[in-house]
Amino acid sequence: MISKKVANVQEALEGVKDNMTFMFGGFGLSGIPENAIAELVRIGTKGLKCISNNAGVDDFGLGLLLQGKQIDKMTSSYVGENDEFERQMLSGELEVELIPQGTLAERCRAAQAGFPAVYTPAGFGTEVAEGKETREFDGKMYVLEYAFKADFAFVKAWKGDEAGNLIFKGTARNFNPNMCGAAKITVAEVEELVPVGTLDPNQIHIPGIFVKRIFQGEHYEKRIEQRTVRQRQ
Amino acid sequence: MLDKNGIAKRIAKEVQDGYYVNLGIGIPTLVANYVRDDIEVEFQSENGVLGMGPFPFEGEEDADIINAGKQTITTLPGASFFDSATSFSMIRGQHVDLTILGAMEVAENGDIANWKIPGKMVKGMGGAMDLVASAENIIVAMMHTNRAGASKLLKQCSLPLTGVGCVKKVVTNMAVLEVTNKGFKLLERAPDVSVEDIKKATEGELIIDGEIPEMDI
Repeated sequence: MISKKVANVQEALEGVKDNMTFMFGGFGLSGIPENAIAELVRIGTKGLKCISNNAGVDDFGLGLLLQGKQIDKMTSSYVGENDEFERQMLSGELEVELIPQGTLAERCRAAQAGFPAVYTPAGFGTEVAEGKETREFDGKMYVLEYAFKADFAFVKAWKGDEAGNLIFKGTARNFNPNMCGAAKITVAEVEELVPVGTLDPNQIHIPGIFVKRIFQGEHYEKRIEQRTVRQRQ
Repeated sequence: MLDKNGIAKRIAKEVQDGYYVNLGIGIPTLVANYVRDDIEVEFQSENGVLGMGPFPFEGEEDADIINAGKQTITTLPGASFFDSATSFSMIRGQHVDLTILGAMEVAENGDIANWKIPGKMVKGMGGAMDLVASAENIIVAMMHTNRAGASKLLKQCSLPLTGVGCVKKVVTNMAVLEVTNKGFKLLERAPDVSVEDIKKATEGELIIDGEIPEMDI
């Protein structure tokens, strides 16, 4: 067994430097790498270029890095649940690149899978396709989108083992599996880190080969962004 | 004239047995409340769930089970979870049968604009560009006119586009229209709305062929 286990979040983030490009898993606040984000806030890394579907809320998720003005650029599909984000974007402090959600997922997956680029129909004929190569296949137009290049991918899973094998839960899965192995170093944090041999190989969502470092997060708040319920009859 | 629930109710009639359906935020979300219960339909949410159920009972919310609107949801028997790339494979690969979404503007050639108003805070397109670029069957749910009373069914969209030539059908508070290569073909009118009212509220080319029936909802 090749062990990917590191002792703690400090060890997991070894090599993190200013001005790097990071990927963050999560959709809204669901399935975000809470412990890696908290540690990045603590060490105060600056000039970050972040690839993440969303940008958190003012006091949680990537919003915490925005509060500390640690992010220079966000590449996302949907933002704006966040006043500080809006302020920094409008003042020009923060560069924002908005791209279609499926394109974001596929640019991660392409990086993971060794494809330099992919053709997608999303965004053809819109400002998203401006300046990009386009090509016709079977009478339909597609836009060429490049694989992301990132230094670290921070992902969060439900369970993992020391070999780096990961199992996700519910819709907290989202972009996390697509970012595994899509950056030079993939850091996975899990709610529960179990010894090898405990997880059923049939149930593994992401094999450990895509993960460089794994640690058990100390604490998960798992905040709910929109609490919607129905009344009991 | 219909309200938002009325629009959702009319669109629900377009949902057929065996359909996989993606619902956008706003009026489209309401469609789920009106789908006939004698047919089998599965709702897909692009953040990674197929087989979405209703909101959870109070106290049963799970931060790990949400929809694309980031709302807590439940799942129905037969549901599945998947990653974002798989989710958009379902969408881009045309495995989803019907996409219902809102719009700020629709043009007579099927162009749609629903993600950006220049000069205002731009939140992003989310999955809308992937959905409209790929889905074979797209129904737009929207008000016929904006708050200022100006038509949202135009000759040409004035806002930045989300997709080109992709909308097939539009259901508004006033009418059901099909997008054809000659313009908006009026199929049905809402209760107490005349063809004349619809003409006045539609800037794009409107095709009126024979007697236009009132919606049956």
